[in-house]
Amino acid sequence: MKTVLSINNLSFSYGATEAFSGVSFVINEGDYVALAGPNGAGKTTLIKVILGLEKKKSGSVEIFGEDSGKFLNWSKIGYLPQRVNVFNPLFPATAGEVVGLGLLSKKKYPKIFNKDDKNKIQETLKFLNIKNLKDRLVSELSGGQQQRVFLARALVSEPELLILDEPSTALDQAAREYFFELVKKLNKERRMTVIIITHDTSQIGEYANKLLFLDKEVIFFGLFNECCKSEEMKKYYGHFSNHLFYHK
Amino acid sequence: MAGSFIAVLCAVLGLFLVLRKLSLIGDGLSHVSFGAIALGLFFGMYPFYVALPVTVLASFLILKLAEKAKMYGDAAIGIVSSMGVALGVILASLSRGFNADLFSYLFGNILAISNQEVYLSVGLSVLVLAVIVFLYNDFFSATFDEEYARISGVRTDLINLALVFMTAVTVVLAVKVVGVMLVSALLILPAVTALQIARGFKEAIAAAAIISVFSVLAGITFSFYGDLPAGATIVLINFAIFILFFLLRRRK
Repeated sequence: MKTVLSINNLSFSYGATEAFSGVSFVINEGDYVALAGPNGAGKTTLIKVILGLEKKKSGSVEIFGEDSGKFLNWSKIGYLPQRVNVFNPLFPATAGEVVGLGLLSKKKYPKIFNKDDKNKIQETLKFLNIKNLKDRLVSELSGGQQQRVFLARALVSEPELLILDEPSTALDQAAREYFFELVKKLNKERRMTVIIITHDTSQIGEYANKLLFLDKEVIFFGLFNECCKSEEMKKYYGHFSNHLFYHK
Repeated sequence: MAGSFIAVLCAVLGLFLVLRKLSLIGDGLSHVSFGAIALGLFFGMYPFYVALPVTVLASFLILKLAEKAKMYGDAAIGIVSSMGVALGVILASLSRGFNADLFSYLFGNILAISNQEVYLSVGLSVLVLAVIVFLYNDFFSATFDEEYARISGVRTDLINLALVFMTAVTVVLAVKVVGVMLVSALLILPAVTALQIARGFKEAIAAAAIISVFSVLAGITFSFYGDLPAGATIVLINFAIFILFFLLRRRK
């Protein structure tokens, strides 16, 4: 089985404040990993360090078998950042223009979009049922529609690894279910590896097969349906741990 | 012709600056160019040749101060800007001979532009516009979402550097059109007017460029026939167009 992400003894701190330390885990092709933990546990920071947006303090990150410092094939990774709806509301970008940004990692200078690129943008918008939004300004869309546009930006390069940072926060119940079903389809049908940061531990077990529970260090990493029985989780949560996580 | 090229340049760069909340960098750099022009006049050199490198250097200083000296960008702009004005005032007071020349740069006079300045303005404008066209998607990506741009392989550090360098060059060119005091209006007004009406990023760039060129040409014409200062007329026309589009948008 192909290794997608291999993290070994990774540590990061903001000045003197340690965000997390000694984090190690391996994610394989086709995994659907829920990354959970309390507020301030270091979940988003961990993803940012993996993506090279923050500089690690120590340890190693290998992406598709390559050291993250040398990794250049960013089109293999689709990323949906947290709170994307906080972008500048004055920005006059259309949904089509925003989705196109997801193709830049594949383009060579002068990075002009050709017919194939434009078709890919159309297909991705169609896949997410938002073809009609292509020429609409992103700032005028609802939270759910914006989320789908940003997911389209993450998917348009046909990535092998999809990283979603709390994607369901701006969504109502119906939109949330639609969103999770969609990600499940990508995981099952396209064998896309998924890492999803979530607080929604009651629902995510329905979709994810693995849980990475973080609180400045790895508390638990393994199959979702084994987390309730795990000694580490019992130690962390007490005996209530088997009621906190929904799993199949 | 030189005015139209500079107008397009100001509009396009202004849009990136406004959306990045860096509108006042133009104001700060124009004050630096005031000090640099004074420096040129003091040493009997052609002011444009001194202002260009000094203002580009100042833009680099603003970036580095904001990055390394534990301060926000607006504070860095404030420091560098006031240093420029202070330098200009000290040199003006020391020389006593070139005050009239120096103050002509405060409000600009495009009608008095020399042939040499026309060639330089057009040449540099074409160069800067070519860089923007070549790196268009990188600029767009870094302006819309800098983090995402970085994981798309965009060197946002170089893009930021290119943006402030090009702004410095543009400010020096625009000083001749509207003067030190009004340069930031030429950067900000067409951009914010375009944001009232644009239905896409490319449309915003086109709208800002058209509004800017129209304002410069109309401003020069009005000032010529009405015997008014060209720079101030250009800025007032820009402002009138902004008010018009603002009201039109409010009525929708």
